[in-house]
Amino acid sequence: MAALARANPIVVLLAGLLVAALLWLIIAPWPPGVTGVMGPKRVFLAAILSGITLGALYFLVASGFTLIFGLMRNVNLAHGSLYLLGGYIGFEVADRTGSWLLAFPVVFIIVAALGVVLQYVVFRRMEGEELRQTLVTIGLSIVIADLLLWIWGGKSYQILTPDFLSGPMDLPLITAVRSDGAAVYLRYPRVRIWILIAAVVVGVAMWLVINRTRIGMLIRAGVDDREMLAASGLPIQLVFVLVFAFGAGLAGVGGIVGGTFQSISPGEDTRFLLASLVVVIVGGMGSIPGAALGALIIGLAEQIGLVYAPTYSVVFTFLIMAAVLAFRPQGLLGARR
Amino acid sequence: MAVAGEARLPAGSASGGWLARVPPALWVLALLALLMPAFANNFILFQVFGWTFILGMIALSLMFLAGYGGMVSLIQMTVAGLAGYLVAILGPSGTEQVSLGLPWWINIPAAVLIATFFGTLVGALAVRTEGIYTIMITLAIAAAFFYFTRQNYTIFNGYSGFSLVVPPQLFGIDWRQPVAFYYLTLGCALLSYAAVVYVARSPFGLALQGVRDNARRMAALGYNVVWHRILAYGFAAVIASFGGILLVWQNAQIAPGTAGLPAVIDILVIAVVGGLRHPVGPFIGAFIYVLLSSFAPDILQALGLAPDRFKLIVGIGFLAVVYFSPDGVLGLWERAMARRRNRTDPLTGLPR
Repeated sequence: MAALARANPIVVLLAGLLVAALLWLIIAPWPPGVTGVMGPKRVFLAAILSGITLGALYFLVASGFTLIFGLMRNVNLAHGSLYLLGGYIGFEVADRTGSWLLAFPVVFIIVAALGVVLQYVVFRRMEGEELRQTLVTIGLSIVIADLLLWIWGGKSYQILTPDFLSGPMDLPLITAVRSDGAAVYLRYPRVRIWILIAAVVVGVAMWLVINRTRIGMLIRAGVDDREMLAASGLPIQLVFVLVFAFGAGLAGVGGIVGGTFQSISPGEDTRFLLASLVVVIVGGMGSIPGAALGALIIGLAEQIGLVYAPTYSVVFTFLIMAAVLAFRPQGLLGARR
Repeated sequence: MAVAGEARLPAGSASGGWLARVPPALWVLALLALLMPAFANNFILFQVFGWTFILGMIALSLMFLAGYGGMVSLIQMTVAGLAGYLVAILGPSGTEQVSLGLPWWINIPAAVLIATFFGTLVGALAVRTEGIYTIMITLAIAAAFFYFTRQNYTIFNGYSGFSLVVPPQLFGIDWRQPVAFYYLTLGCALLSYAAVVYVARSPFGLALQGVRDNARRMAALGYNVVWHRILAYGFAAVIASFGGILLVWQNAQIAPGTAGLPAVIDILVIAVVGGLRHPVGPFIGAFIYVLLSSFAPDILQALGLAPDRFKLIVGIGFLAVVYFSPDGVLGLWERAMARRRNRTDPLTGLPR
């Protein structure tokens, strides 16, 4: 950090000022002047929080994608289909058993099993043939999308929030101060806050596994030099299958989360595939912290854009991606190859 | 998938000139194409062949980039869609509050120019990356364009898009009549086919194929690799724009879905199923696709399935092609021919 500050002090200073301004906007009650320019603080805070929680969902989906790509160079454009499948199965499980929590292990196991099949049938046979993998997974996503449409129809489903997570909660963030001096706190859906916490936990756990355990060591070695790891006689194919299953399962679990705080319908698969693509392009291919940073940036850009410039919110996302490509093609936290 | 290009050079000015070197099968095909209106009905002319030529042109632009440049770009349908939108925005359409109503000799060149500029710009971004990244980036930009047209009402008229976009009445002919439209699309398709064949054999095209095979070596030889790639995007964008304009004229309307993600993927499917090694591949792929989409409902109904499972058939067919024959239908054909040739004994030349 200190070395970075010494290398380019102006950039760091500007970034620090920006962060400070943002923190002030979030924490302090707004004077009337700021409200006049940007509208009520409640709207701003809600946009920020929706951006962060949407980023959490994007992270859940994109981290599997980036992990799979980083380790195996497998391009799985059927990742969005896994998300959608997870959402539908999660809906069925939650609807029939009435237990929202039960949906998570069930979906994780089913979608992870599908991931294992994909790895054995498709990717293992086409190792290194990126274009062919892309084409086959595009074909798979067409077929899966139509099968899902066949089974579940064109309706949009919403997975019901369980009782212990429904309703709003007060956050320690002041939105306004009443005339009698009492502060008004922001009320926000409880389920979203918990999803954010869960995503952070998943992210930290992934980081710990990758950086502190033996299997994580294998994965990191595989990312760096796959051939060398295979030549050392380690069970690389087993690691591949495990990582693919985990990434696929995470996408399926993402489907439940997405179905709970948004909804699932045909077309969501391409939306989330696209979000994953943009997130990993911005964050850097194969990097988990990169996926987190990219997901946060894209989620925030989308939601803030939606509130303050509804027509152009998509363009913001795109402009961020183009800027990253133009100035740092390997992604913000990607390793230079 | 190894996309081997057409490395053949023109065989020089051998006896009889180029006319004598055209194989007889091609003469029959050309005659058939020219005389088609004499025996085909309007549906076949307008819906089947018109659409085949249009989709073939857009897929041809992808084939040029992928086959000769080694860059699989998913932006081609978006470039086509933008050109179509521009014709509707600049020219006359049923949506009068947005359309400017400029005459055809301004709006068509302007549409092609702007769409080509857009395609080149995207190319300039995409060539900073390679292989799979190109696919992802162009896919992301294509999707951004789709969502943008759907949300923007001031320029692109949002969800509803533009209706009543018809070709101009030129030389007293209504170009949307089936026979006239058939010849119009046939002419455009032939022109773009010839252009691709010509460019592929020109010094630029040969250098591009060199860049595809070994970019580092070409750079060492003094070729500007980046500019060759960007120019290839520009050339492909011109073909795609003309295809897009024809597509709007055929449908007489354009909406965000015209360049939506399913359409973008369809173009890739068409080009790959046809084959990326020769410019005729995209047209074969487009013909198969159009036949499937025109007649699949009837076939599905005959098999006792719901007629809206068309996508499933296309998806499974595509999957089968890329899984078993990565170089498409053309590759199947070439392998069959090679097997026939190999049936002769290599020593004596006699059939075994």
